[in-house]
Amino acid sequence: MQTVFSIAIDALAYGMVLFVISIGLSVTMGLMRVVNLAHGAFAMIGGYIASYVARDLGLGYSVAVIAAVVLTIIIAIPIERFLYRRIYGAPELTQVLMTIGITFCVIGIANYVMGPTLKTIPLAGPLQGAANLGFRSISVHRLFAIVCGLVVALGLWFAIERTSFGVKVRASVDDAAMASALGVRTEVIYAISFAIAVGLAAFGGVVGAELLPVEPYYALRYMVTFLVVVSVGGAGSIPGALAACLLLGAIDTTGRYLMPEFGEFFFYLAVIAIICVFPRGLAGRAK
Amino acid sequence: MRKIILAAIAAAALSGTAYADVIKVGVVGPFSGPFALQGKNFKAGIDAYMAINGNKIGDDTVEIIYRDVPQADPAQSKALGQELVVKEKVQYLAGFYFTPDAMAVTPILKQAKVPMVIMNAATSAIMKTSPLVVRTSFTTWQTSTPIATVAFEAGVKKMISVVSDYGPGIDAENAFKAGFVKAGGEVVQSIRMPLTTNDFSPIMQRIKDSGADGVFAFLPSGPTTLGFVKAYNDNGLKAAGVKFFAPGDLTQESDLPALGDAALGIQTTFHYAVSHDSPENKAFVEAATKAIGNKAELSFPAVGAFDGMHVIYKMIEATGGKQDAEKAVDAVKGLSWTSPRGPVSIDPESRHITQNIYLREVVKADDGTYINKEIRTFEKQGDPGLAAVR
Repeated sequence: MQTVFSIAIDALAYGMVLFVISIGLSVTMGLMRVVNLAHGAFAMIGGYIASYVARDLGLGYSVAVIAAVVLTIIIAIPIERFLYRRIYGAPELTQVLMTIGITFCVIGIANYVMGPTLKTIPLAGPLQGAANLGFRSISVHRLFAIVCGLVVALGLWFAIERTSFGVKVRASVDDAAMASALGVRTEVIYAISFAIAVGLAAFGGVVGAELLPVEPYYALRYMVTFLVVVSVGGAGSIPGALAACLLLGAIDTTGRYLMPEFGEFFFYLAVIAIICVFPRGLAGRAK
Repeated sequence: MRKIILAAIAAAALSGTAYADVIKVGVVGPFSGPFALQGKNFKAGIDAYMAINGNKIGDDTVEIIYRDVPQADPAQSKALGQELVVKEKVQYLAGFYFTPDAMAVTPILKQAKVPMVIMNAATSAIMKTSPLVVRTSFTTWQTSTPIATVAFEAGVKKMISVVSDYGPGIDAENAFKAGFVKAGGEVVQSIRMPLTTNDFSPIMQRIKDSGADGVFAFLPSGPTTLGFVKAYNDNGLKAAGVKFFAPGDLTQESDLPALGDAALGIQTTFHYAVSHDSPENKAFVEAATKAIGNKAELSFPAVGAFDGMHVIYKMIEATGGKQDAEKAVDAVKGLSWTSPRGPVSIDPESRHITQNIYLREVVKADDGTYINKEIRTFEKQGDPGLAAVR
């Protein structure tokens, strides 16, 4: 019984970390209809900035998180203005080619500037070490990641479903021409959505760094995992992505406990099964 | 008449150069991509050797030609090997970070009359595929066997082994099991995890549930070792007194700054630590640091490459610069010298390097960096893996 609880906790923690890292991609793919393969690259940039701020400059973890999100967005603004704006509404292949190109450029630059070794982000004092749950111990940082995931999920859901900004976003997504005819400045809406998505990527990169350490190939190494979460959850759906992360986290963790030899067999088996039953993902909307 | 004289002069000039040849050495390794750091270490080791010993052997000049195979890719490795032999006319092939890359090239050595000096690829079986292969790195069997003795002597009777599910991981699992059972212990469970594992918490739970007093782990150096060591600490295994044993791949110098305090006190066995205390190593580290640019990036492939160059230089000396693969390989059988890692020799039968394996503990040095401090020496270890695959 203890083992079952233990696995459940691990699954929850892993699922929430997945959620924090992947949700930004769900926003770009679902709301902006851009297949953004450079998502991992933005998460990595965030991780590098946080590492630099916390480790080399010696500022605190909270400063590092904020700096990572803000600076990554600042870096992303010219990229959005000059590159992404050209591919809104373009065929998916064009989007894939350009964003994968951006990814490789970022990998090269990161390798050159930061070097090929692993970079860590020193945690704030209270987040270090392990907490005792009575029947087992778990690192405090995992609990922090769970909380972050819940906060991000609630915040995003509220912003998209309950605010006037969210209404404009959904209108621009559904019919950009009609929305702009009604006075919605779609360019601004897209730019802000993109900034939010990039900021979330950077935030995820920092919070998830304990599990997925920052190094130049981060941008490609975990891309498949991010894409799987988005496609299983249904692009653009916050509850869908959350459900997908928890489900996949549970399947992956249990599989790894019971039969590690099978590798990611159960993970991908579950992905295939879910996609067969829900071709648009758990909460995907019909076009 | 003038033409004939000119031709004669030209012929004389050409035959003159034949006495002072350029001897080309083709080096295949990962110089870009996720493993570029390892390729960089190859280059640093080679550059360090040539900086110390010069690029001339007698009248002959040694020239290195690099070819890039970013990831384990046997087909590309073979194509580049052939290109080096046919187009560049290299007399020696060297490098090879991954076993499959080396295995793909060994079949062409005999026909090409080219010896191969392996500077890393660590699977025992490569040596059987061609008599023209010499290796100056290590094997996973070689580095994983002594840790079994260490574990048993530390009072651990029941072990669980956890390895990454690929060739070297399985080698490590078998090597440890063989050594530990021989010492009188018991391996209660052997877990193989996929190479792509990021979250090790469930594995830690398995270790806890197995009731073992100690864990033997093997993962390739890089991002995953960080997650594994952290999970070991955070899931309370360290606090519960489950002892941790591993070969040195887990505590590579290039990963230590990231591992930090989490790795303190971990004991591993390996053939080389950058902190090894000897005048040879001091000279090597100085030259290699100059070549690589940043001392924190220096790790074991550099010393494999450094000694590989030593072997190639001896081969060139023995053959006088002429292409004679058998003679070259015969000349280094039994060769012994003092490497930066300590006394080494080439075993005449297996053509693999015989060397000391050190037990090291991760400690904080006086300058605040983390190092692998050698605390015990297992002298003149051969490759136990070759006997096992036979």
